[in-house]
Amino acid sequence: MKQNRIGAWIAIIIGTLYFFVPLLATFIFSLKMRRDEYSFDAYVAVFTDPQFQATFGYSTLLALLTIVVGVLLVVPTAYWVTLRLPKARPVVEFITLLPLVIPAIVIVFGYLRMYNSSSILPMTSSERATDILLLCSYVTLSLPYMYRSIDTGLRAIDVRSLTEAAESLGAGWTTILFRVIFPNIKSAILSGAFLTFAVVIGEFTMASLLSRPAFGPYLQLIGANRAYEPSALAIIAFMITWASMGLIQVFSRNAGALRSKAEQGH
Amino acid sequence: MADTSRVAGPAASVADRSWLNWLGVAPFLLFALLFLILPTSLLLVGAFQDAQGHFTLQNMRNLFQENILNAYWLSIQISAASAFFGGIIGVLMAWAAIQGRLPGWIRPTLMTFSGVASNFAGVPLAFAFLATLGRMGLVTVLARDYLDFDLYGTGFSILSFTGLTLTYLYFQIPLMVLIISPAIEGLRKEWREACDSLGGSSFHYWRYIGLPVLWPSIMGSTLLLFANAFGAIATAYALTGSSLNIITIQLYAQIRGDVLHDPNLGYALAMGMVIITGLSNAGYIWLRSRSERGRK
Repeated sequence: MKQNRIGAWIAIIIGTLYFFVPLLATFIFSLKMRRDEYSFDAYVAVFTDPQFQATFGYSTLLALLTIVVGVLLVVPTAYWVTLRLPKARPVVEFITLLPLVIPAIVIVFGYLRMYNSSSILPMTSSERATDILLLCSYVTLSLPYMYRSIDTGLRAIDVRSLTEAAESLGAGWTTILFRVIFPNIKSAILSGAFLTFAVVIGEFTMASLLSRPAFGPYLQLIGANRAYEPSALAIIAFMITWASMGLIQVFSRNAGALRSKAEQGH
Repeated sequence: MADTSRVAGPAASVADRSWLNWLGVAPFLLFALLFLILPTSLLLVGAFQDAQGHFTLQNMRNLFQENILNAYWLSIQISAASAFFGGIIGVLMAWAAIQGRLPGWIRPTLMTFSGVASNFAGVPLAFAFLATLGRMGLVTVLARDYLDFDLYGTGFSILSFTGLTLTYLYFQIPLMVLIISPAIEGLRKEWREACDSLGGSSFHYWRYIGLPVLWPSIMGSTLLLFANAFGAIATAYALTGSSLNIITIQLYAQIRGDVLHDPNLGYALAMGMVIITGLSNAGYIWLRSRSERGRK
Protein backbone atom coordinates (compact mmCIF):
# COMPACT_ATOMS: atom_id res chain seq x y z
CA MET A 1 0.00 0.00 0.00
CA LYS A 2 2.90 2.29 0.69
CA GLN A 3 4.02 2.04 -2.91
CA ASN A 4 0.57 3.13 -4.01
CA ARG A 5 0.95 6.34 -2.05
CA ILE A 6 4.41 7.10 -3.36
CA GLY A 7 3.17 6.72 -6.93
CA ALA A 8 0.25 9.04 -6.18
CA TRP A 9 2.58 11.63 -4.67
CA ILE A 10 4.84 11.47 -7.71
CA ALA A 11 1.91 11.98 -10.09
CA ILE A 12 0.60 14.95 -8.10
CA ILE A 13 4.01 16.58 -7.67
CA ILE A 14 4.96 16.30 -11.33
CA GLY A 15 1.55 17.63 -12.33
CA THR A 16 1.82 20.50 -9.88
CA LEU A 17 5.26 21.45 -11.17
CA TYR A 18 3.96 21.39 -14.72
CA PHE A 19 1.26 23.86 -13.76
CA PHE A 20 3.17 26.15 -11.46
CA VAL A 21 6.48 26.57 -13.25
CA PRO A 22 4.95 28.41 -16.25
CA LEU A 23 2.93 30.64 -13.91
CA LEU A 24 5.99 31.39 -11.82
CA ALA A 25 8.09 32.03 -14.91
CA THR A 26 5.44 34.36 -16.31
CA PHE A 27 5.13 36.22 -13.04
CA ILE A 28 8.90 36.65 -12.64
CA PHE A 29 9.24 37.77 -16.24
CA SER A 30 6.45 40.30 -15.77
CA LEU A 31 8.46 41.94 -12.95
CA LYS A 32 11.61 42.44 -14.98
CA MET A 33 10.71 45.50 -17.00
CA ARG A 34 12.99 47.77 -14.98
CA ARG A 35 16.62 46.90 -15.43
CA ASP A 36 18.35 45.09 -12.52
CA GLU A 37 15.43 45.21 -10.12
CA TYR A 38 11.97 43.75 -9.82
CA SER A 39 9.07 46.13 -10.27
CA PHE A 40 5.43 46.26 -11.24
CA ASP A 41 6.20 48.61 -14.11
CA ALA A 42 4.78 46.23 -16.68
CA TYR A 43 1.47 46.17 -14.84
CA VAL A 44 1.44 49.94 -14.60
CA ALA A 45 2.17 50.14 -18.31
CA VAL A 46 -0.68 47.74 -19.05
CA PHE A 47 -3.27 49.39 -16.82
CA THR A 48 -2.48 52.87 -18.06
CA ASP A 49 -2.61 51.87 -21.70
CA PRO A 50 -5.82 53.44 -23.04
CA GLN A 51 -6.13 50.59 -25.52
CA PHE A 52 -6.12 48.09 -22.67
CA GLN A 53 -8.89 49.99 -20.94
CA ALA A 54 -10.91 50.32 -24.13
CA THR A 55 -10.60 46.69 -25.26
CA PHE A 56 -11.04 45.28 -21.78
CA GLY A 57 -14.10 47.45 -21.25
CA TYR A 58 -15.50 46.37 -24.60
CA SER A 59 -14.99 42.66 -23.84
CA THR A 60 -16.39 42.99 -20.33
CA LEU A 61 -19.52 44.66 -21.67
CA LEU A 62 -19.88 41.98 -24.35
CA ALA A 63 -19.38 39.23 -21.78
CA LEU A 64 -22.10 40.70 -19.56
CA LEU A 65 -24.49 41.07 -22.51
CA THR A 66 -23.66 37.50 -23.56
CA ILE A 67 -24.60 36.29 -20.10
CA VAL A 68 -27.90 38.22 -20.10
CA VAL A 69 -28.91 37.08 -23.59
CA GLY A 70 -27.70 33.53 -22.93
CA VAL A 71 -29.67 33.27 -19.68
CA LEU A 72 -32.82 34.70 -21.27
CA LEU A 73 -32.48 32.24 -24.13
CA VAL A 74 -31.50 29.12 -22.22
CA VAL A 75 -33.55 29.30 -18.98
CA PRO A 76 -37.00 29.48 -20.62
CA THR A 77 -35.95 26.79 -23.11
CA ALA A 78 -34.60 24.41 -20.48
CA TYR A 79 -37.63 25.13 -18.27
CA TRP A 80 -40.05 24.44 -21.09
CA VAL A 81 -38.25 21.25 -22.07
CA THR A 82 -38.32 19.99 -18.49
CA LEU A 83 -41.97 20.86 -17.94
CA ARG A 84 -43.74 20.35 -21.23
CA LEU A 85 -41.52 18.89 -23.87
CA PRO A 86 -39.29 16.09 -22.54
CA LYS A 87 -39.38 14.74 -26.09
CA ALA A 88 -37.27 17.68 -27.23
CA ARG A 89 -34.55 17.16 -24.62
CA PRO A 90 -32.19 15.09 -26.82
CA VAL A 91 -32.56 17.59 -29.66
CA VAL A 92 -31.89 20.64 -27.49
CA GLU A 93 -29.04 18.90 -25.72
CA PHE A 94 -27.46 17.92 -29.04
CA ILE A 95 -27.70 21.47 -30.37
CA THR A 96 -26.14 22.97 -27.24
CA LEU A 97 -23.17 20.61 -27.58
CA LEU A 98 -22.55 21.48 -31.24
CA PRO A 99 -20.32 24.49 -30.46
CA LEU A 100 -17.90 22.07 -28.84
CA VAL A 101 -17.86 19.95 -31.99
CA ILE A 102 -17.68 22.67 -34.63
CA PRO A 103 -14.52 24.75 -34.16
CA ALA A 104 -15.18 28.45 -33.48
CA ILE A 105 -13.20 29.41 -36.55
CA VAL A 106 -15.58 27.38 -38.75
CA ILE A 107 -18.66 28.97 -37.16
CA VAL A 108 -17.39 32.51 -37.69
CA PHE A 109 -16.39 31.64 -41.26
CA GLY A 110 -20.01 30.62 -41.78
CA TYR A 111 -21.17 33.98 -40.41
CA LEU A 112 -18.90 35.86 -42.79
CA ARG A 113 -20.47 33.97 -45.66
CA MET A 114 -24.05 34.18 -44.46
CA TYR A 115 -24.14 37.77 -43.17
CA ASN A 116 -21.78 39.52 -45.59
CA SER A 117 -22.70 42.92 -46.91
CA SER A 118 -24.41 41.55 -50.02
CA SER A 119 -26.64 39.09 -48.17
CA ILE A 120 -30.28 39.47 -47.10
CA LEU A 121 -29.22 40.14 -43.53
CA PRO A 122 -26.01 42.16 -43.82
CA MET A 123 -24.83 42.02 -40.24
CA THR A 124 -21.24 42.91 -41.05
CA SER A 125 -21.99 46.16 -42.86
CA SER A 126 -21.99 48.49 -39.85
CA GLU A 127 -20.03 48.39 -36.60
CA ARG A 128 -23.13 48.17 -34.45
CA ALA A 129 -24.54 45.28 -36.49
CA THR A 130 -21.19 43.46 -36.25
CA ASP A 131 -21.23 43.96 -32.49
CA ILE A 132 -24.60 42.20 -32.41
CA LEU A 133 -23.25 39.40 -34.58
CA LEU A 134 -20.27 39.02 -32.24
CA LEU A 135 -22.66 38.98 -29.28
CA CYS A 136 -24.68 36.20 -30.94
CA SER A 137 -21.49 34.29 -31.68
CA TYR A 138 -20.51 34.48 -28.00
CA VAL A 139 -23.96 33.33 -26.93
CA THR A 140 -23.48 30.38 -29.30
CA LEU A 141 -20.03 29.63 -27.84
CA SER A 142 -21.40 29.74 -24.30
CA LEU A 143 -24.40 27.46 -25.02
CA PRO A 144 -22.70 24.22 -23.87
CA TYR A 145 -21.70 25.73 -20.50
CA MET A 146 -24.91 27.69 -19.95
CA TYR A 147 -27.25 24.86 -20.87
CA ARG A 148 -25.46 22.23 -18.86
CA SER A 149 -25.30 24.20 -15.64
CA ILE A 150 -28.89 25.47 -15.93
CA ASP A 151 -30.20 22.01 -16.80
CA THR A 152 -28.42 20.58 -13.76
CA GLY A 153 -29.96 23.34 -11.64
CA LEU A 154 -33.47 22.60 -12.95
CA ARG A 155 -33.10 18.88 -12.30
CA ALA A 156 -32.30 19.63 -8.67
CA ILE A 157 -35.62 21.41 -8.03
CA ASP A 158 -39.18 20.19 -8.51
CA VAL A 159 -40.12 22.31 -11.52
CA ARG A 160 -43.58 20.82 -11.88
CA SER A 161 -44.74 21.36 -8.30
CA LEU A 162 -43.32 24.87 -8.21
CA THR A 163 -45.13 25.74 -11.44
CA GLU A 164 -48.42 24.25 -10.29
CA ALA A 165 -48.20 26.01 -6.94
CA ALA A 166 -47.49 29.33 -8.62
CA GLU A 167 -50.30 28.82 -11.14
CA SER A 168 -52.81 27.94 -8.47
CA LEU A 169 -51.95 31.26 -6.86
CA GLY A 170 -52.73 32.93 -10.16
CA ALA A 171 -49.22 33.62 -11.47
CA GLY A 172 -48.68 34.09 -15.21
CA TRP A 173 -45.78 32.71 -17.23
CA THR A 174 -43.47 35.66 -16.79
CA THR A 175 -44.09 35.75 -13.05
CA ILE A 176 -43.38 32.04 -12.79
CA LEU A 177 -40.17 32.34 -14.79
CA PHE A 178 -38.76 35.47 -13.19
CA ARG A 179 -40.03 35.18 -9.63
CA VAL A 180 -40.15 31.43 -9.08
CA ILE A 181 -37.77 29.62 -11.42
CA PHE A 182 -34.93 32.16 -11.63
CA PRO A 183 -34.46 32.58 -7.85
CA ASN A 184 -34.54 28.81 -7.39
CA ILE A 185 -31.74 28.13 -9.84
CA LYS A 186 -29.75 31.28 -9.11
CA SER A 187 -26.54 29.45 -8.26
CA ALA A 188 -26.72 27.32 -11.42
CA ILE A 189 -27.22 30.46 -13.49
CA LEU A 190 -24.29 32.13 -11.76
CA SER A 191 -21.95 29.21 -12.43
CA GLY A 192 -22.94 29.28 -16.10
CA ALA A 193 -22.42 33.03 -16.06
CA PHE A 194 -18.91 32.96 -14.61
CA LEU A 195 -17.82 30.21 -16.96
CA THR A 196 -19.19 32.23 -19.86
CA PHE A 197 -17.32 35.28 -18.60
CA ALA A 198 -14.05 33.35 -18.48
CA VAL A 199 -14.58 32.00 -21.99
CA VAL A 200 -15.66 35.29 -23.60
CA ILE A 201 -13.25 37.76 -22.00
CA GLY A 202 -10.12 36.64 -23.86
CA GLU A 203 -11.75 35.11 -26.94
CA PHE A 204 -9.58 35.73 -29.95
CA THR A 205 -10.80 34.01 -33.11
CA MET A 206 -14.27 35.48 -33.52
CA ALA A 207 -13.44 39.01 -32.45
CA SER A 208 -10.39 39.01 -34.67
CA LEU A 209 -12.16 37.71 -37.79
CA LEU A 210 -15.10 40.05 -37.26
CA SER A 211 -12.55 42.88 -36.74
CA ARG A 212 -13.97 44.12 -33.45
CA PRO A 213 -11.73 45.87 -30.88
CA ALA A 214 -11.96 43.16 -28.20
CA PHE A 215 -9.50 42.11 -25.52
CA GLY A 216 -8.36 38.90 -27.27
CA PRO A 217 -7.05 40.58 -30.44
CA TYR A 218 -5.46 43.28 -28.24
CA LEU A 219 -3.60 40.58 -26.30
CA GLN A 220 -2.34 39.10 -29.53
CA LEU A 221 -1.19 42.48 -30.79
CA ILE A 222 0.67 43.26 -27.55
CA GLY A 223 2.26 39.81 -27.65
CA ALA A 224 3.65 40.49 -31.08
CA ASN A 225 5.04 43.93 -30.23
CA ARG A 226 6.09 44.16 -26.58
CA ALA A 227 8.41 42.25 -24.29
CA TYR A 228 7.21 42.42 -20.67
CA GLU A 229 3.60 43.54 -20.93
CA PRO A 230 2.44 40.18 -22.36
CA SER A 231 3.54 38.39 -19.20
CA ALA A 232 1.72 40.92 -17.03
CA LEU A 233 -1.36 40.44 -19.21
CA ALA A 234 -1.10 36.65 -18.94
CA ILE A 235 -1.03 36.94 -15.13
CA ILE A 236 -4.03 39.29 -15.21
CA ALA A 237 -5.91 36.89 -17.50
CA PHE A 238 -5.09 34.00 -15.21
CA MET A 239 -6.40 35.95 -12.22
CA ILE A 240 -9.66 36.65 -14.04
CA THR A 241 -10.12 32.97 -14.89
CA TRP A 242 -9.23 32.06 -11.33
CA ALA A 243 -11.75 34.54 -9.93
CA SER A 244 -14.50 33.21 -12.21
CA MET A 245 -13.86 29.60 -11.19
CA GLY A 246 -13.52 30.52 -7.52
CA LEU A 247 -16.90 32.27 -7.62
CA ILE A 248 -18.47 29.19 -9.26
CA GLN A 249 -17.15 27.11 -6.37
CA VAL A 250 -18.48 29.53 -3.80
CA PHE A 251 -21.95 29.61 -5.35
CA SER A 252 -22.23 25.89 -5.96
CA ARG A 253 -21.10 25.19 -2.41
CA ASN A 254 -23.73 27.59 -1.06
CA ALA A 255 -26.35 25.86 -3.21
CA GLY A 256 -25.25 22.47 -1.91
CA ALA A 257 -25.44 23.70 1.69
CA LEU A 258 -28.92 25.14 1.12
CA ARG A 259 -30.12 21.95 -0.50
CA SER A 260 -28.89 19.69 2.28
CA LYS A 261 -30.46 22.07 4.81
CA ALA A 262 -33.76 21.81 2.95
CA GLU A 263 -33.50 18.03 2.90
CA GLN A 264 -32.92 17.93 6.63
CA GLY A 265 -36.02 20.06 7.10
CA HIS A 266 -38.23 17.47 5.39
CA MET B 1 -45.94 12.42 -13.68
CA ALA B 2 -48.67 14.97 -12.98
CA ASP B 3 -51.55 15.49 -15.36
CA THR B 4 -50.46 18.26 -17.70
CA SER B 5 -53.99 19.08 -18.92
CA ARG B 6 -54.71 20.50 -15.50
CA VAL B 7 -51.83 22.92 -15.91
CA ALA B 8 -52.75 24.00 -19.42
CA GLY B 9 -56.43 24.40 -18.59
CA PRO B 10 -59.32 22.30 -19.81
CA ALA B 11 -60.00 24.56 -22.81
CA ALA B 12 -56.86 23.60 -24.71
CA SER B 13 -57.31 20.58 -26.93
CA VAL B 14 -54.60 17.96 -27.28
CA ALA B 15 -53.61 18.97 -30.79
CA ASP B 16 -53.42 22.64 -29.84
CA ARG B 17 -51.19 21.87 -26.96
CA SER B 18 -48.57 19.88 -28.79
CA TRP B 19 -48.31 22.65 -31.35
CA LEU B 20 -48.05 25.28 -28.64
CA ASN B 21 -45.51 23.20 -26.80
CA TRP B 22 -43.07 23.38 -29.66
CA LEU B 23 -43.63 27.11 -29.77
CA GLY B 24 -41.98 27.25 -26.34
CA VAL B 25 -38.62 26.18 -27.73
CA ALA B 26 -39.05 28.13 -30.98
CA PRO B 27 -36.84 31.09 -29.94
CA PHE B 28 -34.03 28.73 -29.06
CA LEU B 29 -34.39 26.72 -32.27
CA LEU B 30 -34.51 29.91 -34.32
CA PHE B 31 -31.36 31.19 -32.64
CA ALA B 32 -29.57 27.88 -33.20
CA LEU B 33 -30.69 27.85 -36.83
CA LEU B 34 -29.48 31.40 -37.50
CA PHE B 35 -26.19 31.34 -35.64
CA LEU B 36 -25.11 27.74 -35.62
CA ILE B 37 -26.79 25.44 -38.09
CA LEU B 38 -27.39 27.59 -41.18
CA PRO B 39 -23.94 29.26 -41.24
CA THR B 40 -22.20 25.90 -40.93
CA SER B 41 -24.49 24.24 -43.48
CA LEU B 42 -23.80 27.04 -45.96
CA LEU B 43 -20.08 26.23 -45.71
CA LEU B 44 -20.78 22.57 -46.33
CA VAL B 45 -22.83 23.42 -49.41
CA GLY B 46 -20.20 25.92 -50.54
CA ALA B 47 -17.57 23.21 -50.32
CA PHE B 48 -19.28 21.51 -53.27
CA GLN B 49 -19.78 24.64 -55.38
CA ASP B 50 -17.54 26.61 -57.67
CA ALA B 51 -17.33 30.41 -57.74
CA GLN B 52 -20.42 30.57 -59.99
CA GLY B 53 -22.45 28.35 -57.68
CA HIS B 54 -22.32 25.23 -59.87
CA PHE B 55 -21.91 21.84 -58.30
CA THR B 56 -18.33 20.59 -58.35
CA LEU B 57 -15.95 18.20 -56.63
CA GLN B 58 -12.96 20.33 -57.57
CA ASN B 59 -12.67 21.86 -54.06
CA MET B 60 -12.39 18.38 -52.60
CA ARG B 61 -9.65 17.56 -55.10
CA ASN B 62 -7.90 20.83 -54.25
CA LEU B 63 -7.68 19.73 -50.64
CA PHE B 64 -5.08 17.21 -51.75
CA GLN B 65 -2.46 19.88 -52.36
CA GLU B 66 0.76 19.28 -50.56
CA ASN B 67 0.65 22.25 -48.15
CA ILE B 68 -2.97 21.61 -47.19
CA LEU B 69 -2.38 17.91 -46.58
CA ASN B 70 0.68 18.84 -44.53
CA ALA B 71 -1.36 21.29 -42.48
CA TYR B 72 -4.01 18.68 -41.75
CA TRP B 73 -1.33 16.14 -40.93
CA LEU B 74 0.56 18.46 -38.55
CA SER B 75 -2.72 19.42 -36.85
CA ILE B 76 -3.63 15.76 -36.45
CA GLN B 77 -0.19 14.95 -35.04
CA ILE B 78 -0.18 17.80 -32.52
CA SER B 79 -3.75 17.05 -31.46
CA ALA B 80 -3.04 13.33 -31.17
CA ALA B 81 0.20 13.84 -29.21
CA SER B 82 -1.35 16.36 -26.81
CA ALA B 83 -4.45 14.17 -26.40
CA PHE B 84 -2.34 11.05 -25.81
CA PHE B 85 0.00 12.52 -23.21
CA GLY B 86 -2.74 14.70 -21.73
CA GLY B 87 -4.86 11.57 -21.41
CA ILE B 88 -2.21 9.52 -19.64
CA ILE B 89 -1.05 12.25 -17.28
CA GLY B 90 -4.63 13.35 -16.60
CA VAL B 91 -5.70 9.80 -15.68
CA LEU B 92 -2.69 9.38 -13.40
CA MET B 93 -3.35 12.66 -11.61
CA ALA B 94 -7.07 12.02 -11.22
CA TRP B 95 -6.34 8.51 -9.95
CA ALA B 96 -3.72 9.85 -7.51
CA ALA B 97 -6.09 12.46 -6.12
CA ILE B 98 -9.12 10.17 -5.87
CA GLN B 99 -7.71 6.77 -4.94
CA GLY B 100 -4.13 7.51 -3.94
CA ARG B 101 -4.82 7.89 -0.20
CA LEU B 102 -3.41 11.40 -0.20
CA PRO B 103 -4.40 14.11 2.30
CA GLY B 104 -8.02 15.16 1.87
CA TRP B 105 -7.38 18.70 0.69
CA ILE B 106 -5.51 17.60 -2.44
CA ARG B 107 -8.55 16.46 -4.33
CA PRO B 108 -10.76 19.58 -4.14
CA THR B 109 -7.69 21.72 -4.80
CA LEU B 110 -6.83 19.73 -7.91
CA MET B 111 -10.42 19.94 -9.17
CA THR B 112 -10.65 23.70 -8.69
CA PHE B 113 -7.29 24.21 -10.28
CA SER B 114 -8.24 21.98 -13.21
CA GLY B 115 -11.32 24.11 -13.74
CA VAL B 116 -9.10 27.16 -13.99
CA ALA B 117 -6.32 25.67 -16.09
CA SER B 118 -8.63 23.98 -18.59
CA ASN B 119 -10.07 27.42 -19.30
CA PHE B 120 -6.69 29.13 -19.34
CA ALA B 121 -6.14 28.66 -23.04
CA GLY B 122 -5.70 31.05 -25.90
CA VAL B 123 -3.36 33.99 -26.15
CA PRO B 124 -2.32 34.33 -22.45
CA LEU B 125 -1.26 30.68 -22.41
CA ALA B 126 1.09 31.36 -25.27
CA PHE B 127 2.64 34.25 -23.29
CA ALA B 128 3.10 32.01 -20.27
CA PHE B 129 4.97 29.41 -22.29
CA LEU B 130 7.13 31.99 -24.02
CA ALA B 131 8.15 33.21 -20.56
CA THR B 132 8.90 29.62 -19.55
CA LEU B 133 10.41 27.84 -22.54
CA GLY B 134 11.05 30.66 -24.96
CA ARG B 135 14.59 31.61 -25.92
CA MET B 136 14.86 33.83 -22.82
CA GLY B 137 12.33 31.85 -20.80
CA LEU B 138 12.90 31.03 -17.14
CA VAL B 139 13.44 27.29 -17.62
CA THR B 140 15.64 27.83 -20.67
CA VAL B 141 17.84 30.33 -18.82
CA LEU B 142 18.00 28.31 -15.59
CA ALA B 143 18.95 25.17 -17.52
CA ARG B 144 21.68 27.11 -19.33
CA ASP B 145 23.12 28.85 -16.26
CA TYR B 146 22.93 26.09 -13.69
CA LEU B 147 22.80 22.81 -15.57
CA ASP B 148 24.88 23.96 -18.51
CA PHE B 149 22.17 22.57 -20.74
CA ASP B 150 21.41 24.44 -23.93
CA LEU B 151 17.76 23.63 -24.63
CA TYR B 152 17.70 25.42 -27.96
CA GLY B 153 20.96 23.71 -28.91
CA THR B 154 19.06 20.42 -29.00
CA GLY B 155 16.88 21.75 -31.80
CA PHE B 156 13.97 22.46 -29.45
CA SER B 157 11.84 25.47 -30.13
CA ILE B 158 8.64 26.65 -28.52
CA LEU B 159 7.42 27.24 -32.07
CA SER B 160 7.91 23.62 -33.06
CA PHE B 161 5.74 20.53 -32.91
CA THR B 162 7.18 19.61 -29.48
CA GLY B 163 6.84 23.14 -28.17
CA LEU B 164 3.23 23.46 -29.23
CA THR B 165 2.36 20.02 -27.87
CA LEU B 166 3.90 20.93 -24.49
CA THR B 167 1.88 24.14 -24.48
CA TYR B 168 -1.40 22.41 -25.38
CA LEU B 169 -0.82 19.92 -22.55
CA TYR B 170 -1.36 22.81 -20.16
CA PHE B 171 -5.08 22.79 -20.88
CA GLN B 172 -5.39 19.17 -22.01
CA ILE B 173 -4.23 17.56 -18.74
CA PRO B 174 -6.69 19.48 -16.51
CA LEU B 175 -9.51 18.84 -18.99
CA MET B 176 -8.75 15.12 -18.78
CA VAL B 177 -8.71 15.30 -14.98
CA LEU B 178 -12.17 16.90 -15.04
CA ILE B 179 -13.81 14.49 -17.46
CA ILE B 180 -12.22 11.24 -16.28
CA SER B 181 -12.75 11.81 -12.52
CA PRO B 182 -16.39 10.58 -12.47
CA ALA B 183 -15.29 7.32 -14.13
CA ILE B 184 -12.51 6.79 -11.60
CA GLU B 185 -14.92 7.54 -8.78
CA GLY B 186 -17.13 4.80 -10.25
CA LEU B 187 -14.47 2.15 -9.52
CA ARG B 188 -15.99 0.42 -6.51
CA LYS B 189 -13.91 -0.31 -3.44
CA GLU B 190 -15.47 -3.80 -3.31
CA TRP B 191 -13.80 -4.74 -6.60
CA ARG B 192 -10.41 -3.96 -5.17
CA GLU B 193 -11.22 -5.87 -2.00
CA ALA B 194 -12.53 -8.84 -3.99
CA CYS B 195 -9.31 -8.86 -5.99
CA ASP B 196 -7.19 -8.62 -2.83
CA SER B 197 -9.08 -11.40 -1.08
CA LEU B 198 -8.58 -13.68 -4.08
CA GLY B 199 -4.87 -13.09 -3.74
CA GLY B 200 -4.57 -10.67 -6.65
CA SER B 201 -1.83 -8.07 -6.72
CA SER B 202 -2.12 -4.42 -7.70
CA PHE B 203 -1.03 -5.46 -11.19
CA HIS B 204 -3.79 -8.04 -11.41
CA TYR B 205 -6.34 -5.50 -10.26
CA TRP B 206 -5.44 -3.03 -12.99
CA ARG B 207 -4.89 -5.66 -15.66
CA TYR B 208 -8.20 -7.51 -15.17
CA ILE B 209 -10.54 -5.04 -13.46
CA GLY B 210 -9.47 -1.39 -13.33
CA LEU B 211 -8.33 -0.80 -16.88
CA PRO B 212 -10.99 -2.92 -18.63
CA VAL B 213 -13.68 -0.93 -16.78
CA LEU B 214 -12.03 2.45 -17.37
CA TRP B 215 -10.92 1.76 -20.91
CA PRO B 216 -13.96 3.10 -22.82
CA SER B 217 -13.98 6.26 -20.69
CA ILE B 218 -10.27 6.82 -21.19
CA MET B 219 -10.49 6.32 -24.94
CA GLY B 220 -13.59 8.50 -25.22
CA SER B 221 -12.12 11.33 -23.18
CA THR B 222 -8.92 11.19 -25.21
CA LEU B 223 -10.98 11.61 -28.38
CA LEU B 224 -12.59 14.67 -26.82
CA LEU B 225 -9.14 16.09 -26.06
CA PHE B 226 -8.17 15.44 -29.66
CA ALA B 227 -11.12 17.45 -30.98
CA ASN B 228 -10.40 20.16 -28.42
CA ALA B 229 -6.83 20.60 -29.65
CA PHE B 230 -7.75 20.25 -33.30
CA GLY B 231 -10.08 23.25 -33.26
CA ALA B 232 -7.74 25.48 -31.22
CA ILE B 233 -6.11 28.42 -32.91
CA ALA B 234 -5.48 31.36 -30.55
CA THR B 235 -2.59 29.77 -28.66
CA ALA B 236 -0.80 28.64 -31.80
CA TYR B 237 -1.39 31.93 -33.55
CA ALA B 238 -0.09 33.98 -30.64
CA LEU B 239 2.99 31.75 -30.34
CA THR B 240 3.96 31.46 -33.94
CA GLY B 241 2.04 34.06 -35.91
CA SER B 242 1.09 32.50 -39.20
CA SER B 243 4.37 30.63 -39.55
CA LEU B 244 3.21 27.26 -38.27
CA ASN B 245 1.38 25.27 -40.90
CA ILE B 246 -1.55 23.84 -38.96
CA ILE B 247 -5.03 23.71 -40.39
CA THR B 248 -6.69 26.32 -38.15
CA ILE B 249 -3.97 28.83 -39.03
CA GLN B 250 -4.34 27.98 -42.73
CA LEU B 251 -8.08 28.57 -42.49
CA TYR B 252 -7.55 31.80 -40.55
CA ALA B 253 -5.21 33.08 -43.22
CA GLN B 254 -7.63 31.95 -45.90
CA ILE B 255 -10.51 33.87 -44.27
CA ARG B 256 -8.31 36.92 -43.88
CA GLY B 257 -7.77 36.61 -47.61
CA ASP B 258 -4.00 36.54 -47.72
CA VAL B 259 -3.59 33.08 -49.23
CA LEU B 260 -5.12 30.86 -51.88
CA HIS B 261 -7.70 33.45 -53.06
CA ASP B 262 -10.29 30.76 -53.49
CA PRO B 263 -13.18 31.04 -50.99
CA ASN B 264 -14.70 27.72 -52.03
CA LEU B 265 -11.47 25.97 -51.15
CA GLY B 266 -11.82 27.63 -47.72
CA TYR B 267 -15.25 26.01 -47.36
CA ALA B 268 -13.70 22.66 -48.17
CA LEU B 269 -10.98 23.26 -45.55
CA ALA B 270 -13.66 24.05 -42.98
CA MET B 271 -15.67 20.98 -43.96
CA GLY B 272 -12.61 18.78 -43.55
CA MET B 273 -12.16 20.14 -40.04
CA VAL B 274 -15.79 19.55 -39.10
CA ILE B 275 -15.56 15.97 -40.39
CA ILE B 276 -12.49 15.28 -38.25
CA THR B 277 -13.79 16.90 -35.04
CA GLY B 278 -17.23 15.40 -35.71
CA LEU B 279 -15.82 11.88 -36.01
CA SER B 280 -13.79 12.15 -32.83
CA ASN B 281 -16.81 13.53 -30.94
CA ALA B 282 -19.04 10.78 -32.30
CA GLY B 283 -16.44 8.30 -31.06
CA TYR B 284 -16.52 10.00 -27.66
CA ILE B 285 -20.33 9.77 -27.42
CA TRP B 286 -20.33 6.12 -28.53
CA LEU B 287 -17.63 5.13 -26.03
CA ARG B 288 -19.30 7.08 -23.27
CA SER B 289 -22.61 5.29 -23.80
CA ARG B 290 -20.74 1.98 -23.77
CA SER B 291 -19.00 2.77 -20.49
CA GLU B 292 -22.32 3.85 -18.95
CA ARG B 293 -23.98 0.63 -20.07
CA GLY B 294 -21.17 -1.43 -18.57
CA ARG B 295 -21.69 0.27 -15.22
CA LYS B 296 -25.35 -0.75 -14.87
